Amino acid sequence: MRIVVRYFARLRELRSCTQEEVEVHGATSVSSLYARLFPPGPGGALPVMYAVNQTYVAPAHTLSDGDEVAFIPPLGGG
Amino acid sequence: MFSLCDGEIDVCAVENAVRHSGAGAVLTFRGDTRQDFDGRQVVRLEYEAYPEMAIAQMAAIGEEVAQRWPGARLAMVHRVGLVPVGETSVVITVTAPHRDECYAASRFAIDTLKAQVPIWKKEVYADGSTWKENQEVSG
Repeated sequence: MRIVVRYFARLRELRSCTQEEVEVHGATSVSSLYARLFPPGPGGALPVMYAVNQTYVAPAHTLSDGDEVAFIPPLGGG
Repeated sequence: MFSLCDGEIDVCAVENAVRHSGAGAVLTFRGDTRQDFDGRQVVRLEYEAYPEMAIAQMAAIGEEVAQRWPGARLAMVHRVGLVPVGETSVVITVTAPHRDECYAASRFAIDTLKAQVPIWKKEVYADGSTWKENQEVSG
């Protein structure tokens, strides 16, 4: 399956891009994709919320072919 | 009106989007960017959004306001890109038949925006930068 991942704020800076296509195989949760793309460092992983197709989902949400995924780092609007 | 804006926000346009003859109360909240007081000089602020989702989330807040406070209407515009210190980064107008629901809905709208609308703020100092984190936690 091909998934489009969009990056914002510090994740965009870490990844040095705004979006990319990634290939996933079999039943994959959105949180496991995050762990794959951003392996936790010594300080642990940056806490994020998960969005699939521009809607918040639970960490265990299973991805489907063509999904647009975003990992939402701590917000700063207002 | 739910939108993002990369220049100064037209406050009157936000208010006029939700004023109507049944609304005796019109309440506008403005959030201005400020100098941080932890001893570091803020050179500039940069707001970044996930645009499509931010607008959808703002519209969802508008729907919830209309459900919780019958007769209330919400408009919300957030600035993105470079924002100098002292300028307005967000404008929220609520109109309603009476003031009580206006105040309640306005507070709900800004609190929910901070917790749920995918917008980020970077403070740039002379000697570095920080992504500032809201303290509100998504319910």
